[in-house]
Amino acid sequence: MIFDVEMETLPRDELEALQLTRLKRLVDKVYHNVPFYRHAFDEAGVRPEDICRLSDLSRLPFTEKRDMRNNYPFGLFAVPKDNVVRIHASSGTTGRATVVGYTARDVKNWAKLMARSFVAAGATRRDIVHNAYGYGLFTGGLGAHYGAEELGAAIVPISGGSTRRQVGLLHDFGPTIICCTPSYALFLCETAEEMGVDFKSLPLRVGIFGAEPWTDIMRREIENKLDIKAIDIYGLSEIMGPGVGIECIEAQSGPHLMEDHFLVEVIDPETGEQLPYGETGELVITTLTKEAQPLIRYRTRDITSLDPTPCRCGRTFLRMKRVTGRTDDMLIIRGVNVFPSQIETLLLETEGVAPHYQIFIKREGNLDTMEIQVEIDDKLFNDQIKTLQRLENKIQTNIKEFLGVTTKVKLVEPRSIERSLGKAKRVVDLRNQGA
Amino acid sequence: MKVEQLSIFLENRSGRLAEVTKILQNNQINIRALSLADTSDFGILRLIVSDFEKAKSALKEHGFTVGKTNVVAVEVQDQPGGLNTLLEMLEERNVNVEYMYAFVHQSGSNAVIIFRFDRTDQAIELLTEKGVKIISGEDLYNL
Repeated sequence: MIFDVEMETLPRDELEALQLTRLKRLVDKVYHNVPFYRHAFDEAGVRPEDICRLSDLSRLPFTEKRDMRNNYPFGLFAVPKDNVVRIHASSGTTGRATVVGYTARDVKNWAKLMARSFVAAGATRRDIVHNAYGYGLFTGGLGAHYGAEELGAAIVPISGGSTRRQVGLLHDFGPTIICCTPSYALFLCETAEEMGVDFKSLPLRVGIFGAEPWTDIMRREIENKLDIKAIDIYGLSEIMGPGVGIECIEAQSGPHLMEDHFLVEVIDPETGEQLPYGETGELVITTLTKEAQPLIRYRTRDITSLDPTPCRCGRTFLRMKRVTGRTDDMLIIRGVNVFPSQIETLLLETEGVAPHYQIFIKREGNLDTMEIQVEIDDKLFNDQIKTLQRLENKIQTNIKEFLGVTTKVKLVEPRSIERSLGKAKRVVDLRNQGA
Repeated sequence: MKVEQLSIFLENRSGRLAEVTKILQNNQINIRALSLADTSDFGILRLIVSDFEKAKSALKEHGFTVGKTNVVAVEVQDQPGGLNTLLEMLEERNVNVEYMYAFVHQSGSNAVIIFRFDRTDQAIELLTEKGVKIISGEDLYNL
């Protein structure tokens, strides 16, 4: 099913014409209303009237996260503050928070894009949505909330936390759709098992998962354990929140990007050059319709590639490959580039390994060392030492063979890795602490 | 003829073993025999207890990873050569011992050895044939 048939199936030439009209209007608007952009355009030697074709996009300067921080809190607003009706912000754990403002129309558009997302995931107004994304400054909770309401589905605004209570409500209310991070879905399932609740017997049929990188193997694990379809949703607060892209339930092969609202490109993160479709690089997004805080060529740091091939669902929007990492989570271990998602894939490919792991990076002398702690579970456990050591060795060998880095694998007790209610903390980098 | 043995995964950190014994104490479970195998990171505690099911569920409830293994308890004369005679019989038939541990019980003059064999059924058959005394699970749990 498609929520907005006209826009979501617009022929590519008409879509591109619409994007160009919107881009021209946007460039003119930010040049005249946001001092940061006027300055950046002048620096780059580009004027709004230079943008005549979509390919002129590459003449525009990038916007980076630090630009948002430098203009904290409201320096990037393109409308008078009175027109702003909502302000979200990132947690700011890695520095100053990044702030995002919305006008009434921005909030409305967001709700519509989230409604599109729900429908693409197979939802209808008859569904009940269990929304375990955090409510608050984080955009996940409210984004999904307004979208479900826009669609007319019933929403249970449980937010994050109180996991046992969540299991109780999943059982009692019988929601058919769940929204949360993929790692939290598995944690809910574990908790349900402990409480004697069988997830497979619940009416739940679709999970809309996002806000952290995950892999296809994790998808299969979730689909098997929870007996649902797992759908990947893409979004980021700086751009809007969830709903920038959504996978269709028909193909489940990467999120379709809402191209009538967002102009997307993939660049080489080193050189900033645009890359052709299919090549992997950093996703860059220009917001075409945002009023309060439009962004030009925002560098998302998400690593992906774009797929222009037609999709069986009928949408004409490009699909992005599942985000497998972020330019800023890339680990450099003794000169080798490693993404935590690659390690996850290798772990989950090893028979019976549960997706609860943590990567510790330390520096011993001048050498980086990587230790992967993997939780043991009943299926893996064996009364013989040699069997467990063989398992550790197998994981070590796989990682060495495929990623070229030497690691130490350590089996740990179940539940000893801290469970996250939001984004799972996969990497603990201790290199900058003390020795 | 088999004896149910609990195996528990333990990380190498102080106090972890005591948590197991505490749980057993609180549930009035008696330990009949035990052995601990260890590596630099983790250990496997193997226990034979007075009430297998109760011990298993109490430990699981506290988040321990617990497994069940069938082992064989054999009575061996507590005198020089007692164990050797037994091992020679096993070797003849190519039955391999994965691990073993022993205890002497207070009353008798015999030692009890707990064996984990690679081929448990064949081992039992062989030992029975040779007239070796195998202690049943019930007898051992209620020692």
